[in-house]
Amino acid sequence: MIAILRKELADYFTSIRFLIMLILSLLASVLAIYSAYQGIRGAGTQGFIFLRLFTTEPQGVPFGFLFNYVNFMALFFIPIFGIMLGFDAINRERATGTLSRIMSQPVFRDGVINGKFLAGVVTLTIMLGTSVMLVAGYGLRMIGVPPSAEEIIRLFFFLGMMIVYGAFWIGLAVLFSILFQSLATSLIASIALWILFSFGVLGVALGLSDSQDTMRAVFWFSPNWMFGQGAIALLHPMVRTMGAISQAQATYMIPNPLSLTQSLVLVWPYITTLVSLSVICFAISYIIFMRQEIRAI
Amino acid sequence: MSENFAIETRDLTKSYDGVTVVDHLNLHVRENEIFGLLGPNGAGKTTTILMLLGLTEPSAGVAQVFGFNATREPLKVKRIVGYLPENVGFYENLTARENLRFIAELNHIERAEAEKRIDELIKLVGLTRQDEEGLVTGKFSKGMRQRLGIADVLVKKPKVVFLDEPTSGLDPEGIIQLLDLIASMPAMGTTVVLSSHQLQQVQRVCHSIGILSRGRMVIEGPLSKLGRDALSGGYYVIEIETAQPSPQLVDVLKAIKGVTKVETADRIVRATTEADLRAEIARVVVQNNIPMVQMKVQEFSLDDIYMKYFREG
Repeated sequence: MIAILRKELADYFTSIRFLIMLILSLLASVLAIYSAYQGIRGAGTQGFIFLRLFTTEPQGVPFGFLFNYVNFMALFFIPIFGIMLGFDAINRERATGTLSRIMSQPVFRDGVINGKFLAGVVTLTIMLGTSVMLVAGYGLRMIGVPPSAEEIIRLFFFLGMMIVYGAFWIGLAVLFSILFQSLATSLIASIALWILFSFGVLGVALGLSDSQDTMRAVFWFSPNWMFGQGAIALLHPMVRTMGAISQAQATYMIPNPLSLTQSLVLVWPYITTLVSLSVICFAISYIIFMRQEIRAI
Repeated sequence: MSENFAIETRDLTKSYDGVTVVDHLNLHVRENEIFGLLGPNGAGKTTTILMLLGLTEPSAGVAQVFGFNATREPLKVKRIVGYLPENVGFYENLTARENLRFIAELNHIERAEAEKRIDELIKLVGLTRQDEEGLVTGKFSKGMRQRLGIADVLVKKPKVVFLDEPTSGLDPEGIIQLLDLIASMPAMGTTVVLSSHQLQQVQRVCHSIGILSRGRMVIEGPLSKLGRDALSGGYYVIEIETAQPSPQLVDVLKAIKGVTKVETADRIVRATTEADLRAEIARVVVQNNIPMVQMKVQEFSLDDIYMKYFREG
């Protein structure tokens, strides 16, 4: 597995794909900084100022809430990264005839999937780490408010959550690359799911927007929105609850930020759901791949 | 050649959606021999090889390689087996050396040892010149890919190699070099299973063959014996050419024990015998002062054997 991981990483680092991803993550960072530049003054002083860099929406843009850093990553970039890193993992090797060559070496079949998946996760971590560092660094120069220790811890949790969420997309793309023989089919299937989860769900939710509760329930069907909401709750601790509360209860809520542990309690179900989704993708990948014929074409 | 079987299958069967591709196959390959696996397209050769590698699960029966069950202990089998598929694929963005290095890593061969073996193999298969350093395999010609495929199979010093159409797409010189290389493998302690449609090439290097048809073994055994079985009912046909037609020779030959039939055609006498009696014949020919020019056992071409069994099967 280590040998496969090392080879896949070497492949990624020398590929054009890596360059494209790097440019995309730079774009995401620029967007976040631009939104913060426009909107952070109006964001109020409640909660953590520094973390508002990641949750501020650009002003005067229709559907601006789609373009704060968190939602932008949730809806656009991380799914694209995940798909780019996984959609051809197995079927490209099958198409070029290298799969039967590897599989006739003394390696476990799951080692092949694990190696490829881990290489994707490592690459993704580098991209996301770069992007978060960029936003933090330039944001610090711009607003001049240094982050507190708690903010840094929250930021690391956020990074971890992004990686878990990205791992889900890589897992899904790898699953499709096992399921479909053709590169185009696996790519289209992944992209279709991405659009469904990001925008199909949004459309349904907006259609039901008369009730906040049903809207939230619809969002639960999409890992993209689930991650987005969880991440915002983590970065913007003014969010007190993710569920429905009555007006009577709301009057007792004090408008001050939640403590770190309470924020974590709030987002914990989101993280576990994302992890379990990744595990499900993986389990299906294993079961199918173990039973699949490895035939030279 | 020892009597240990390197490869043995018992009633090996594989069906896809009710279609039986390999049907109760019993295959025996001795240690350190070159075995030719023949048969028309779709006879089940590749499926058999995949089952022996543990890449495909048999529907029934057992496939064993050096005593390891290929289905239950695929890793142990893969440690000692090399497989060159018909269309071998390489990582096209890597050089020949990098491709081989990766395979060595997957086999847990130490770095220094791996480099040594790769150097030897690149020389052995003739990938020296600018080919090996710098040039990525995506730019390799068909012949170079095939050579690299052979090196790739040999990196782990396998005890058995399966070669599926290894000479396809090679130029005549390349074919001869490759066949010589294959012929030298038993001396390195490697048993070879060669699957090919090029009967002349198979005949050149193989000791034994097995012919598959519709998943069944039609015939299996040493090449020379099969040839005699197929064409002269198991008898040897020895041709003796003399300087002049010699009626005396016919009588002399008929007197030898084991000679069943003698025919003459001008200066050539053809004796059908039960065993290889060339030494005996030479002795009596010399004793009787018959001017012999040459003597040979009639050769059988594999084409004859193949076509005969297919007309029957």
